[in-house]
Amino acid sequence: MIDWDVVIGLEIHAELLTDSKIFCGCSTVFGGVPNSQVCPVCMGLPGALPVLNSRAVDLAIKAGLALKCTINEFSKFDRKHYFYPDLPKAYQVSQDDLPICGNGVVEISFEGSPRSIGIERVHMEEEAGKSIHAGESIMSSAYSLLDYNRAGIPLIEIVTKPDIRSPEEARLFLEKLKTLLEYTEVSDCKMEEGSLRCDANISLKPKGTDAFGVKAEIKNLNSFRAVQRALEFEVRRQKEILENQGTIVPETRHWDEAKGMTFSMRTKVDAADYRYMPDPNLYPVRLDAAKIETIKNSLPELPDAKCKRFIDEYGLPAYDGEVLTGSRALADYFEKCVQEVGDAKLVSNWVMGEILRWLNAHNMQIEDSPVGPADLAKLVKLVQGAEVSNIIAKDVLEEMFVSGKSAEQIIDEQGLRQVSDAGELEKMIDKVLEDHPDPVNDVKSGKLQAVGFLVGQVMKASKGTANPKKVNEIIRARLLD
Amino acid sequence: MQLTEKPIHYLRELLHSGEITAKQLVTSVFERIDEVDAQVGAYITLNKEEAFKAAERADEMLKQGDARDLLGIPIAVKDNISTKGLRTTCASKVLENYVPAFDATAVAKLKEAGAIIIGKTNLDEFGLGSSTENSMYKATRNPWDLSRVPGGSSGGSAAAVAAGAACGALGSDTGGSVRQPAAFCGIVGLKPTYGLVSRYGLIPAAPSMDHIGPMTHDVRDAAILLQTIAGPDGQDPTSGRMQPENYEAALTEDIKSLVVGMPAELIEEVEDAEVKEALFGMANVLESLGATVRKVSLPHSKFAVACFYLLAACEVSSSLASLDGVRLGSRVFEAEDTVTMFSKTRGLMGKEAKRRILVGTAALSGQYRKTHYERAQKLRTLIKTDLAEALDECCVLLLPTAPSAAFPLGHKVDDPVAMYQSDVFTSVANLAGIPALSLPCGYTKEGLPLGVQILGRPFDEVSVLKVGHAFEQGCSMAARRPKLEVGTSD
Ligand SMILES: [Zn+2]
Repeated sequence: MIDWDVVIGLEIHAELLTDSKIFCGCSTVFGGVPNSQVCPVCMGLPGALPVLNSRAVDLAIKAGLALKCTINEFSKFDRKHYFYPDLPKAYQVSQDDLPICGNGVVEISFEGSPRSIGIERVHMEEEAGKSIHAGESIMSSAYSLLDYNRAGIPLIEIVTKPDIRSPEEARLFLEKLKTLLEYTEVSDCKMEEGSLRCDANISLKPKGTDAFGVKAEIKNLNSFRAVQRALEFEVRRQKEILENQGTIVPETRHWDEAKGMTFSMRTKVDAADYRYMPDPNLYPVRLDAAKIETIKNSLPELPDAKCKRFIDEYGLPAYDGEVLTGSRALADYFEKCVQEVGDAKLVSNWVMGEILRWLNAHNMQIEDSPVGPADLAKLVKLVQGAEVSNIIAKDVLEEMFVSGKSAEQIIDEQGLRQVSDAGELEKMIDKVLEDHPDPVNDVKSGKLQAVGFLVGQVMKASKGTANPKKVNEIIRARLLD
Repeated sequence: MQLTEKPIHYLRELLHSGEITAKQLVTSVFERIDEVDAQVGAYITLNKEEAFKAAERADEMLKQGDARDLLGIPIAVKDNISTKGLRTTCASKVLENYVPAFDATAVAKLKEAGAIIIGKTNLDEFGLGSSTENSMYKATRNPWDLSRVPGGSSGGSAAAVAAGAACGALGSDTGGSVRQPAAFCGIVGLKPTYGLVSRYGLIPAAPSMDHIGPMTHDVRDAAILLQTIAGPDGQDPTSGRMQPENYEAALTEDIKSLVVGMPAELIEEVEDAEVKEALFGMANVLESLGATVRKVSLPHSKFAVACFYLLAACEVSSSLASLDGVRLGSRVFEAEDTVTMFSKTRGLMGKEAKRRILVGTAALSGQYRKTHYERAQKLRTLIKTDLAEALDECCVLLLPTAPSAAFPLGHKVDDPVAMYQSDVFTSVANLAGIPALSLPCGYTKEGLPLGVQILGRPFDEVSVLKVGHAFEQGCSMAARRPKLEVGTSD
C-alpha cells in the first residue's frame, strides 16, 4: 500500500465590482431583462471599439495587492479565440503571457498551523454572455437564446500554484480568498449569481516524490462545499485507478452535485488552440509605481492584520480574532459595539454566540442583521450595569430580532429589569427560607450545595429578575453567620 | 470639365457665393451617376432621398451665411465604413442586410461639417484585395479604361471621384487600399498617420493597420477632408491625442531646403520603365523647387509584403470570426443540422476572404504562432525602425504607389501572390503607421494615370501635403479627367 500526496491547484474567476462593463459604459447590475444592458461594443458589432474601464484596472491591482502579488508595470490584452455563440466577437479579450499581477501568496491556517498557498498570476478578462438552449445542448437544440447582459463584465482570473494538499485545504483557501476580495471590495463573490466561480486541478503522486501526476480538471463547482466534495471524490477515484495499476487520463471532468460524482467531459488531447494574439485595438497597460502606491495606500486593513490587532489591542483569544475578522462587515460590527461597551471579550461572546447563532439559523449575513451593533451595545451595557440578567438578556435579544424593538422597551414592557435592591430581595428571600426549612437546615449544617437550590427558588419566584449574585450573598449572610 | 469633376475647394466657392446651390450640385452628381455608373459600377448603395434632404438643409444654412468647408459637398463613402441607417455591406453577402445603428466617427464628422453622403462605394469584400474584383456584388471598372481594374480595395471610391460621380470620397487603407486605387484612377489618396483619424465604425480587416483616408481630385481637397475627419476620439482607444491642424492653410509654404529621401532597396524593385520615369520626374520637379533629394536605405523593406500579408491575415482571421451567421451576418437556414448551417453560412464568403482566414488561422495556431506570427511581428518592428531612421535624415520619402498602371480585369485574379505584389510599395506605411499620400504624377503612353507616394513622419501630414501640393503647382502637368463615353455600354 503506497501513501499518496494530493496536489491541487485552483483557478478562480471573480467579477469585479464596477458599475460599468470593462470596455463600454453598459451597466453591470445583475438580473436585468435579457439584452437590456448592451451596446455596439459589448454586442461585438463590427466597427465598434473597446475602451478600457480604468476602474476595472484599479480593482485588479487591488486584488493583486491583497494577494501579495507583484503588480506588473507593463501588461497587455490578448484575444483568446474560441467558438461559442455567447462570445459576441468570437474571441474573449484576456491576458495571455503578460498578466497584470504575478507571484503572490495567501496565508491560511490549516489544522492549527499556518500554510502559504502561492498565487501564480492574476489576469483581467471579459465575461461572456449566456446561452439558453431549447434542448439539452447546442447541437441538439431547435434554437438557442442569447443574453448579452453579462457580456463584457470585467473579471479577474486568479490561478494558484499547485500548493494545495487536501480538499479541505482547498475549501479553506477559497474562504480566505473570498474574505480578501470582499474586504478590498474587489468582488461581491456571490457564487449563486456567478460572480465567483472555481475550477480545480487535481493529481496524485507517491508520497515524497517530486514529479507531478497526470491531472484532471474539475468544472461546475457551484459552492465551496462542492469544491471540497468533488475533490474528495476525485482523490478516491484517482487512488483507486493508480492502486490498480491503471492510468489517469488528462481530462476535464464535470461535478454532478446530486450524484456526488465527477464525470468525464472531454479529454485534453483535442484541447482547443486559442490562437492568442495581442489585441490590436487595445494598447498595453502601463502603470507607474506612484499609481500602484496610491492604490496600495487605499487598501483597507486586511484580515490577517485585523486579526492580529484584535488579539493585541482587545486581548481576544486567537480563535475569536479569526472568527470576527472572517468578514469585513462582521469585524466592523464587532468594533462598533466595542466602542460603546468597552469590554471586548464580553462583546465577542455576544457576537460570536447569540448574534451569529441567530443569523445562521435564519440564513442571514451580518450585513442583514435586524439587530445592529448599536442595538446590541445597549443590551450588553444593561447586562454590564446589572440592569438585566445575562439569561434574561438572551431572551430579550431574541425578542429584539423578532420584533425590532429596543432592549429597553422590551425590558420595561415585560418587567424584566433586574432586582438588586436589598430590601426587595430580603422580602423574597424571607418567603423562600420560610417555605423550605429542610434546605435551610442543610445549609446550616454545612451542606453548602443547598444554597444553590435556595437561590434557584428565589430566581423562580422573581421570574428571573432577581440579581442572583446578590441573592446568593444575602442567603449566605443570613444562614452562615 | 463637368461641374461634378471640379475639386471641392472650387465648388466651395460656388456654393458660398450662391452661384450654385447644394441641391443643384447633388442633382448633378446623381445625374452623373445615372450616366456613368452602369458602366463604372462604383456604387453598391445610393443614398438619394437622404442626400436631397441634406442638400435642402445645407442650402438653408448657406443662405444664412454658413461658410463651412464641406457644407453641401457630395461625398461618397466606402461600404466598409458604418453609416447609421444606411446599409453597410463590405461588398459581402454576409452583411447584405446589415444596417448599422451608429455612424463611424469619420462619417459623423463629415455630416457635422455639412457634407452630403451620396452613397456607399464598392470594394473588395471586407477590403481584402487590390482590384475590387473580390466584391461579391460586381466588379468596378476604371473610368480611364473600362477594361481595366480601378485598383482596390477602395476601387469604388476612386472610380466615383475620377468619374465625377462624387466630389470626394472616404476610403480605407490596410496595405495600400486608398493609395493604389487613387493612383490607378488618377486622383489623390491619403493614408493618414495611424491614430489621426478615428477607426470607430470602420469594419475591421486588420485593426493594427486599418486607416480611413480621403480620396480627392487634388491635394488641397485631401487637406480639407482630412482636417474635417481627423482628431482624437474617445471611442477609439488607438486614436492619438493630436488635435488636427489646419492642413489647408499649411499648403502655402514652400519646400526650399526640405530633404526628400529615395529608398534605394524598394526603388530597385521597380521594373516598369514608365513608373520609374514618373518617380524620378517628380524628384526632379521637387529638386527644381529647392528640395534636396538623396538616397536612403530601408534594409528590411524587401520583406514588407510578406510581413504585411502574414500579419494582416492573422488579424483578418480574428476580425471576421464573428461574422458566422450565428452572432452576426446572414445565415443560411436551409441546413439539416447546426454544423452544416455553419459551413453553408461560411460559404457565403468569397474566395479571398476565406483564403486570408485560413492563412491567418494557420499562422496563429500551434507552433506557427512562434515561427510565423511572432517572427512577422519582429520584422514589423525592424521595418518601423528602418523608416524612423530614414525619416530622421529626411523630411519625406518618395516611392511609386504601384508597380504598374492599372491592369486589365481578370489579369491577376487567379494569381494571389502576383496580386499581393501590388502592395509592395504601399504596405510599409501601414506596417509603420506613418502618413503616405499618393498623387498623380504622369501618364503612360496609353494614357493611364500613374501615382507617386510621399511618405512622412508620424503626425506630420503637414509636410506630406505641402510637398504634394508644391509638386502639383510646380509640375507642368494639367489636371486631366477620364473621358467616359457617356450612355453607352461596353
Ligand atoms: Zn455595452
